Amino acid sequence: MSNSNFTRRGVLKTGAIAGAGLTLPTYLRAQESGFTNAPTGDTVTLGFNVPQSGPYADEGADELRAYELAVEHLNGEGDGGMLNTFSSKALDGTGILGKKVEYVTGDTQTKSDAARASARSMIEKDGAVMITGGSSSGVAVAVQALCQEAGIIFMAGLTHSNDTTGKDRKANGFRHFFNSYMSGAALAPVLASEYGTDRKAYHLTADYNWGYTTEEAVRSSTEAMGWETVNAVKTPLTQTDFSSYISPVLNSGADVLVLNHYGGNMVNSLTNAVQFGLREAEANGKNFEIVVPLYSRLMASGAGANVKGIYGSTNWHWSLQDEGSQAFVKSFGEKYGFPPSQAAHTCYVQTLLYADAVSRAGSFAPCAVGEALEGFEFDGLGNGPTLYRAEDHQCFKDVLVVRGKENPQSEFDLLEVVEVTPVDQVTYAPDHPQMGGADASLGTCNNGA
Amino acid sequence: MDQFIVQILNGLDKGSAYALIALGLTLIFGTLGVVNFAHGALFMLGSFCAVIMSRILSASHEVAVPGETDFLGNPLTRDQPYVYDWFGEAAGATIVDWAVPISILFAIPVMIGVGFIMERGLIKHFYKRPHADQILVTFALAIVLQEVVKYFFGANPIQTPAPDAFAGSLDFGAWLGFEPRTIMYPYWRLVYFLFAGVIIAAVFGFLQFTTFGMVVRAGMADRETVGMLGIDIDKRFTFMFGLAAAVAGLAGVMYAPIVAPNYHMGMDFLVLSFVVVVVGGMGSLPGAVAAGFLLGILESFASMPWMVDRLPGINQIIIYLVAIIILLTRPRGLMGRKGVMED
Repeated sequence: MSNSNFTRRGVLKTGAIAGAGLTLPTYLRAQESGFTNAPTGDTVTLGFNVPQSGPYADEGADELRAYELAVEHLNGEGDGGMLNTFSSKALDGTGILGKKVEYVTGDTQTKSDAARASARSMIEKDGAVMITGGSSSGVAVAVQALCQEAGIIFMAGLTHSNDTTGKDRKANGFRHFFNSYMSGAALAPVLASEYGTDRKAYHLTADYNWGYTTEEAVRSSTEAMGWETVNAVKTPLTQTDFSSYISPVLNSGADVLVLNHYGGNMVNSLTNAVQFGLREAEANGKNFEIVVPLYSRLMASGAGANVKGIYGSTNWHWSLQDEGSQAFVKSFGEKYGFPPSQAAHTCYVQTLLYADAVSRAGSFAPCAVGEALEGFEFDGLGNGPTLYRAEDHQCFKDVLVVRGKENPQSEFDLLEVVEVTPVDQVTYAPDHPQMGGADASLGTCNNGA
Repeated sequence: MDQFIVQILNGLDKGSAYALIALGLTLIFGTLGVVNFAHGALFMLGSFCAVIMSRILSASHEVAVPGETDFLGNPLTRDQPYVYDWFGEAAGATIVDWAVPISILFAIPVMIGVGFIMERGLIKHFYKRPHADQILVTFALAIVLQEVVKYFFGANPIQTPAPDAFAGSLDFGAWLGFEPRTIMYPYWRLVYFLFAGVIIAAVFGFLQFTTFGMVVRAGMADRETVGMLGIDIDKRFTFMFGLAAAVAGLAGVMYAPIVAPNYHMGMDFLVLSFVVVVVGGMGSLPGAVAAGFLLGILESFASMPWMVDRLPGINQIIIYLVAIIILLTRPRGLMGRKGVMED
């Protein structure tokens, strides 16, 4: 008769513990490394969470192109792009800390819940050590909060709402893209000098987070210049025909229409405004004017000839002549056959900034990376000298005021830069009321595990 | 008063689109008994017929621009449409400019074909299945169609302008004795409204005054008896499906300059058009048209800043509120046949 040490109860107990351990998310099993998804082999995985379906799928596709290019450059392939112009020389084309960069992608669908699900999957199943991307502020805020909980660095893509680095700022989240406050601060002086200080504005605002902060920023900046806001109307995000919203503008006493719309909303509302003759109209003895606070080339191409002469702001434009922008446009243009969008630029730069911070910190640990990014000053990435401010993880750099070009030379040549607003003019205090006031806090950085 | 007139005008063009889509929907429901959730996708396909036609007419070859360079510093080339080469610059430019109206000629056979393929290839297999199955399969088809369009044309709206001759706005206020430029109405929306009127009149005329139409109406009233008279009513109903698809497609073609075509526009119209059909009365053609205009105008009024300030969100729920009231008080809809939806 054999004697065994196994008992039925013992086997069940061990099995239950092992099963529970296996079902735990990856990031809770990384205790031994000290942080979530610590890379162990000779590769490191980044998670690119972009809209591959839904209304911003075109922006998402351009973001993904930029990420692929960034990975290529980090791994020493291609012409190196902005690695050659970046002021920090910590990256040498051998991956990140000697580990080859690999990536996984997720589809945000421009829906917060879908974006969180795809980010969670990349963290838990694919072992992504950093999440980046997105083309909507709602998504950015939601994914940033998830990354904070999971102990992952989030490098935001295209997100323009004040809240991302304002009231919803997080220690693990970083934004290179500019924000609504900066758009208002850059645009207002140009608008005042072009259209005068005695103007009456009518706002149409997309009824969600980004719309509110953009309206607030543009209102307060233009009112400080002497403009009056006669009305501000929220429009549903799903609206396609804006005629019911546009026609009352003519008789409202306003002489400027501000369209706080993005993407398809902007294309349609601007088209409707032009169709209803607002651009030829006169009010209060002045020419009626239209302003679009946040412009993108992809949107401008959707709106066609309607954008001609209309002012707005943008984070970056391919026509910039600095060395960094030229290097990026060359790499991107030669690989894909057309110039990159501002969404592509910010995503490419965020990837390089993350890789550089890891290299300078000598660690993938989120808190070490965060520390390396906080207060980091750099140049050569297309926006001139830039600061990643420690207090709110927002990049501070010059802002471009642009205007729809009257005589475009090509299908990409739709916007012209009319002013590069210096960074000092768009800088604000970390506890600015539009940014969540004194209550806004990064919290503490989370290494996860 | 001027705002009252403005909102009625705004409601007319949206109401025209609702009426045209709902007309097709109710035609299909009345003849084939199918609840076609892919009908919005047909509207979207119609508007992409305008996009395709304007791309065909603008098909270009590259011409070098001496002394200029592109964004990479290479010699600049500019696109020259072939129609410029074939018909001269002035005539070529006019042809490109009139792409949307020209698209009508392209859209009619294409949409009838699409409707025919949809009905014969898929929907006929679901005639004897419950309405829930029909809704599921047509809804799935709508998703497939919009994803196919997104694959080829991208997710961003594509600007498809009206001919320059219709680019401006009519000063309606000056006509009616108001201050100049208080009531402006874009010419193209006026064209759309008139176009919708012609299409609706043509469909009614076809059903009312042709033998084919008479048989179809008889089939709608009593399919079995018509079948027993030796008439192949199925074939005629298939044609009606194609006709309904063409009506939705034409509504889409002409709508392209009003709202830039995008892959999702069918879904935006679908649900509202269903509400229009329910309010008008399932299977009732005059009901669909009347409810289309009625709800278009109501929606327009509900979107006035004055209304939204007092009742936030009213612009988004007004149509559904009306639908609830109608369903509670008169389930067969405004002009529905007695007994329909009332059992």
